[in-house]
Order: sequence, then structure tokens, then C-alpha cells
Amino acid sequence: MFFWSIVLILIGIYSSYIFGQSRIKKLVYSTNLKPKSQYNYHAQYVLSWCLLPALIVYFSWAVFEEQIIQNLILDSFEYVEGAAYDDGLLLAEIRNVANNTDFSEGKSKEIINAASQYKSLKLTSEISFYISIIIIMVLGSLYAVRKINIQFNAQDTIEKYIKYILIFCSSIAVLTTIGIIFSLIFESFRFFSQVSIFEFLFSTEWYPFIPIREGQAAAEGSFGAVPIFAGTFLIMIVAMCVAAPIGLLTAIYLSEYASQKVRKTVKPLLEILAGIPTIVYGFFAFVTVAPFVKSFGQSIGIDASPTSALAAGLVMGVMIIPFISSLSDDVINSVPQNLREGSLGIGANKAETIKKVILPAALPGIVGAFLLAISRAIGETMIVVVAAGTAANLTANPFENVTTVTVQIVVALIGDQEFDNPRTLSAFALGLVLFVITLSLNVLALRIVKKYRERYE
Amino acid sequence: MVDKNNTKILAKDVDVFYSEKQALNKISMDIKEKEVTALIGPSGCGKSTFLRCINRMNDLIEICKVSGSIKVDNEEIISSATDVVSLRSKIGMVFQKPNPFPKSIFDNVAYGPSIHGLADTKSDLENIVITSLKKAGLYNEVKDRLNEPGTSLSGGQQQRLCIARAIAVNPEIILMDEPCSALDPIATAIIEELIDELRLNYTIIIVTHSMQQAARVSQKTCFFHLGELIETGDTNKIFTNPDNTKTQDYITGRFG
Repeated sequence: MFFWSIVLILIGIYSSYIFGQSRIKKLVYSTNLKPKSQYNYHAQYVLSWCLLPALIVYFSWAVFEEQIIQNLILDSFEYVEGAAYDDGLLLAEIRNVANNTDFSEGKSKEIINAASQYKSLKLTSEISFYISIIIIMVLGSLYAVRKINIQFNAQDTIEKYIKYILIFCSSIAVLTTIGIIFSLIFESFRFFSQVSIFEFLFSTEWYPFIPIREGQAAAEGSFGAVPIFAGTFLIMIVAMCVAAPIGLLTAIYLSEYASQKVRKTVKPLLEILAGIPTIVYGFFAFVTVAPFVKSFGQSIGIDASPTSALAAGLVMGVMIIPFISSLSDDVINSVPQNLREGSLGIGANKAETIKKVILPAALPGIVGAFLLAISRAIGETMIVVVAAGTAANLTANPFENVTTVTVQIVVALIGDQEFDNPRTLSAFALGLVLFVITLSLNVLALRIVKKYRERYE
Repeated sequence: MVDKNNTKILAKDVDVFYSEKQALNKISMDIKEKEVTALIGPSGCGKSTFLRCINRMNDLIEICKVSGSIKVDNEEIISSATDVVSLRSKIGMVFQKPNPFPKSIFDNVAYGPSIHGLADTKSDLENIVITSLKKAGLYNEVKDRLNEPGTSLSGGQQQRLCIARAIAVNPEIILMDEPCSALDPIATAIIEELIDELRLNYTIIIVTHSMQQAARVSQKTCFFHLGELIETGDTNKIFTNPDNTKTQDYITGRFG
């Protein structure tokens, strides 16, 4: 159905365009007047009246066809008395039988009947789809052609349509975001109806276990998210301890000391670092850094676990270096050159100029860069999943296992779970908190950067 | 008393190239102590480039190559052995656009003295700052708000702050690169008066687009055109009876 409907629509596009064009040309010829818009706008007008209804028909078929057929099948299904049915399973079986031409042995008569009904309904639907799409395209084009005359301003109308299309596209992005936020909020409400919000925010015990069978002796789970946030925070601190100095010093080197040539090579190279998939960092952390941290811990007499906050934090720090260096480099570069000259002109050397004039001037922007990097670090998942462990320890010792918000979301959603128990729903609550934190960090960072920009422009 | 006609800066055959493009061609001149020398000429003639050679500011431009000889107090400065930092502490510079640091008024002026260690105590530093602000004719306007940011001042005040900042490190020479081009006529008049006062203690070289300004503030004038020094001499002579017809054409406004 897909291929032929594309062919049909393409034919429709072509012929409606030609149709519209010839129509306006004929009008111009017969009246000998100058039309308000150029020929191709009239043609485009007819084309859009052909194409848009066709697309609406196409998508409504794609969305509703299966649903309607299923309802018809279930309505007319000859249920056998006393047998238990599950609608989903039944439909799946009917569909399987229908798609498989040689009916397998042992299928009941009702199923086979339903399957042949399904096939005939499918066929009817397909035929009516083609018919209706052709009719709608012809009707649309005819309507548009009737509206065309010498006075008709097709260009303005097309402009309007284009505006609507653009609004439609951008509203898809915005609505999706809003939808995600609302689903986060509603699912979180469901979670908080089962687990108290105070327990979630202030209790220090995180055992997200629930009894699998009814009456199972397993302990009730407890959902205190404090250790998770503490773990996230600990890893973020470790990461920033690595990334802040290295990133900032790199930025200073690139913007103040490096020659243009070096800068042009090194900056893109650093930005490649930002393009490495985080899972690659993850196994780098697990295979190389974590064992090193463990043996280092042992050599100074600290018992380190095989996966640790330190290992994950170090690698995450490396990952966010390019964010900090690249953003700070931009910020330092946008400090006006005349401040540098002013300072050097007094006889300050380069280091004094950077320390006392450039960095103070760039400070708000640099803080903004740090905040963006932090929000990136908090939201990072793969490195911590692989290298930090999953045990919710409340500890400040970076050699121990900790876990983060993102890891716990992964853990909560892995496996065959229904979304009706606090274990899976906790993912939404954690996600909501994470979202609020990163959103406020981003907003804050952007504000700081913007304020700083305004000061020099 | 130093002889009025002592040579402070002696340039000989100075060539400047930006990559392949020659910006200055065999510039030779001598600049007398405690006088105001104006460099005039149409845009792109190389007058700012020459000014920036004197305190080696062209070092900041990667593609810029300077050759020839410039002697300040008989010491060669176009050489890799030159101590640029001490050279620049001896030669203050004021820029086209006022460029106060994003610091308080006090810290702007105190910046130079503190990096050069000119003040041992806090009160010494305060003295230097206040004296410099007074010399720049700004003290009375800002004495009650020394802790406010330098950027809060008006354009003309900012430029005088930059002059105070430059003279706080006791330079002997002050370079001014179109110091009034971003200012209104009243602020310009104040700065011009200030230049006239500063002449008693400093050797001043000023680049300007305004011929009236050159005529008002300078004793010597040098006319640059297309990277060459066309004519140099007493300001009075240049503006009333120049030797070269190009100079004549420029000052009478026939080109430029």
C-alpha cells in the first residue's frame, strides 16, 4: 500500500501543478490581463490543495485502519461458550493465520473464519483507500482551480500556507517536549501516591524491591533517594575536579598562547572528544580506569571496590573537558582585544594580564560553561552504569561503589515490568527530579552567559 | 634643566610588513623630549602602525614584521633582546576607544603600580592613584566614588581614567592613538587641555584624524601617506607653509 500510495500522490502532485499552470495561462490568454501573481504560485496553490488533503487521508488511514478492522473482527467473532479469551492474543493469532496463506493445522474454525474476514476487510480497506485518495485529490484540485482568476493573489495565499506548515512543524517539537514533561509529572504523581514524597526526598534507604508474588515474605522496598543524589553529586564533584582545571587551562592556552594554526587544529580535535559515544567512555572506565583505581587504592591502603565513584568520575571528567574548554575559549576570546592591549600597554606581562584582567572579565561566562558541563555530567548515564556500580551507598569515599539517578532509572526499567508498582514508577520520579535540576542549571547558565554578553555589546 | 631639543625617540629606516603587504616604508624621524608630536594622514597611511612600533604593541599581531631601528633614550628597542615589559612601563598608551578594565575606578589606576611593585604600602598606592587621577584632571569628578566600576563613567571620563592609568606607572612617553575619536566635542576639549598640561612632564605622540586637533595640541607634526613619511616639521610651518604639495593638498582638504 505504501509504494502505490506514494506513486499516486506523486502523480497527483505533478498533474495538479500542470493543471493549475495551464488554467492560469489560459485565463491570461483569454482576458489579456496581467495576473496578480506569477504562474508558478497559482500552480503551487492548486498543488497544495491536492497534496494536503491526500496526506491527511493517508495518515488517518495509517493511524485508524488497523484499529477499525480489529474492532470489526472482535465484534463479529464467534466466541465459544466457556472458553477464556484475551483480545490481544486472539487478534495476534488471527493476524498470523491471515498473513500465512497455508492455514496451519489445528486452528479452530472460528479463528480461520475470522482470519478470512480479516483478509477481506484488509482488501476492502485498501481499495477504498485508493479510491478515496484519488477522489480527494481530484476534488481538492478542482476546488483550487475554480478559485483561480486573474485577480486572485496566489502568492500571498501560498505564503500563508507556508507559515502554517512552519508553525505546525515547530509546534510538534514544542508539544512533544510538553508531552514528555506532563507524562513525567503524572507518572511521578502515581509514584508519590504509593510512596510518600518525604520518604523519597529525605530518607536515606534505597531498596527498590517489591514482593514478586502476593504474600511473599520479602521485605517491603524503601525509596529514599538521598543516597542516589549523594552518589550523583559525588561523581559530579570528581568529574569537575578533573574537568574544571584542565578544561579552563586548555581554554587559556588556546585563546591566549596558541598560534592561530595550533588553535585551528587543536580545537576541532578537542571537539571530537565530545563526539565519542559515552558507552565507549564507559567501557574505557570499566576496563582501564577502574582496575587502576582499585590497585591505586590498595597501594595507599584503602580498600577500593572494583567499580567506584572515582573511576566513573575521572572518565566523566575527561568527557566534559571539551565542553568546558570549548565554551570557555569562546568566552575568553570574546573579551575585547582592547582590554588586553590596555593591560599589556601598561607593561603587564601575559600571565598578569590573563589573571587580573581577562579572567575576571570572562568569569561569568566561564561560570556558565561550568554549569552547562555540570548539567551534562549529572545527566550522563552510560559511564556510570558501567563504571560506578548500582549499590545505593551513602558515602563520601570516592573509592566505594555509588549509584546515580540515571543508573537507578536504568535499573528500574530493565526487565519485564508493569508500570503499576513503585519500583518502575520510581524511574519517573527520579527522572522528574533530574529534569528539574538540569533545567534550572541550564537556565541559570544561559542567563549568566547572556548577561555577560550584554556587558560588552 | 634638560635641553629642550633633546631627542627622545630616534627612528631610522623602519619597515613594517603585514604578511606580504608593506605598511610602512623606510620611516626615519626623531621625536623631541617634552613636546607633543602629532602624526596625521589619511586612513590606512600607517600612522597608527608606526605608533604601535614604539611600544612594540605590534608584537600582538602574529603576521606583523618590523625591521629597522628605533632608539628610545639611545637604546635599541626593535630587537629580540629588548625587555618589552620595562619598555612598556616607560611608554604609556591611550587607545582610540576608552578601555577601562572591568574593575573599580581605584583598581583601574592601581593596576599598573601594583604589578610593577611601585607602592610598598597601601597608603603609598592610594597616593599614587590620587596623584594620577589629579594629573588626569579626573579626581574631583570621581573622588566620592572610587569603588564604582570604571565602566560606569562617561566616555570622556573613561578616557581620562585611561590616561590616569597610563601615567600611574611614571612613564616618560605617552602614545595616544586617536584618543578623542570616540568622544563628543566637550570631552575632546577637556582632553586637549589635558594634553597641553601633560606636555610639561611627558613626551607625547598623538595620532589624530582631526587636523584642527593636531594644530591645536602639537608642536611638531608628521604627515604620513601610503606608508611613507612625506613631511615632518614644526606644526606652524606644516599648517601654514608646507614644503610638499601632498601635504598642502591634505591639510587643505583636497584628499583624505
